[in-house]
Amino acid sequence: MNLAIFFILTAITLAGALTAATLPKLIHAALCLVVAFVGVAAFYLFLGAEFVGLVQILVYVGAVAVLIVFTILLTQHDEEKPAGANWGGFAVATAVFAGLMFAIVRTPSLALAKPHDGTITVKQIGESLMTTHVWPLQCVGLVLTAALIGAVILAMEEKK
Amino acid sequence: MTPTLTLFLTVSAGLFYLGLLAALSRRNAIFILIGIEMMLTAANLNFIAFWRYGPQPQPPTGVMFALFAIAIAAAEAAIGLALIIAVHRHRRTTHVEKLDQLKG
Repeated sequence: MNLAIFFILTAITLAGALTAATLPKLIHAALCLVVAFVGVAAFYLFLGAEFVGLVQILVYVGAVAVLIVFTILLTQHDEEKPAGANWGGFAVATAVFAGLMFAIVRTPSLALAKPHDGTITVKQIGESLMTTHVWPLQCVGLVLTAALIGAVILAMEEKK
Repeated sequence: MTPTLTLFLTVSAGLFYLGLLAALSRRNAIFILIGIEMMLTAANLNFIAFWRYGPQPQPPTGVMFALFAIAIAAAEAAIGLALIIAVHRHRRTTHVEKLDQLKG
């Protein structure tokens, strides 16, 4: 694991997230969100979790981002007024960030942890899904089915 | 030279901060959803980083947790966007400050 690659990935991810959070036009923000998601997927690959990185690209970039773009195109929105930045939200978010950074910096054992060099194969993930984590897997299946039906019912045209 | 766990957690905290900023300070419902997705992604990055830097467990709990969180995030995005479309059909807006009918 290389420090230079880490900082390049950090720059890409945080730049994408920053532009997604601050750009005034929705469609630009959605495309910047894709950059941030690809950056996080690269982090997963960098950390050796290849399967999670590919799932991240498939689910977030392939499905969630496309869904967001579709919603933006389906809802014509009035231009957001540039005036009136929400300073309350900014203050709360900054306070939470300061708290998180305080906890991270004040935990000296984090800097001592050494990465293990084990790999994880798709076979191991599949076996784990079918043995230890079979109950959560069933619950996620139920949640996804309910979400599918619920989304269709919510977005369906109502009969007059 | 390998990056330490502290650096990964710092990146994750930054991503969480930007997501919270988007969720709290924007007035369009789609922006709020984008912020929530960013916060969920930041949490997943933490899971994977702790999996890599912890002792190697069998089964790999951190990876499994991240996979389940991604599935839940996808369901949440689908429901959220369907709600936004339903609200837009009735009120012709996705601006959260104009949705104040229940306000006393």
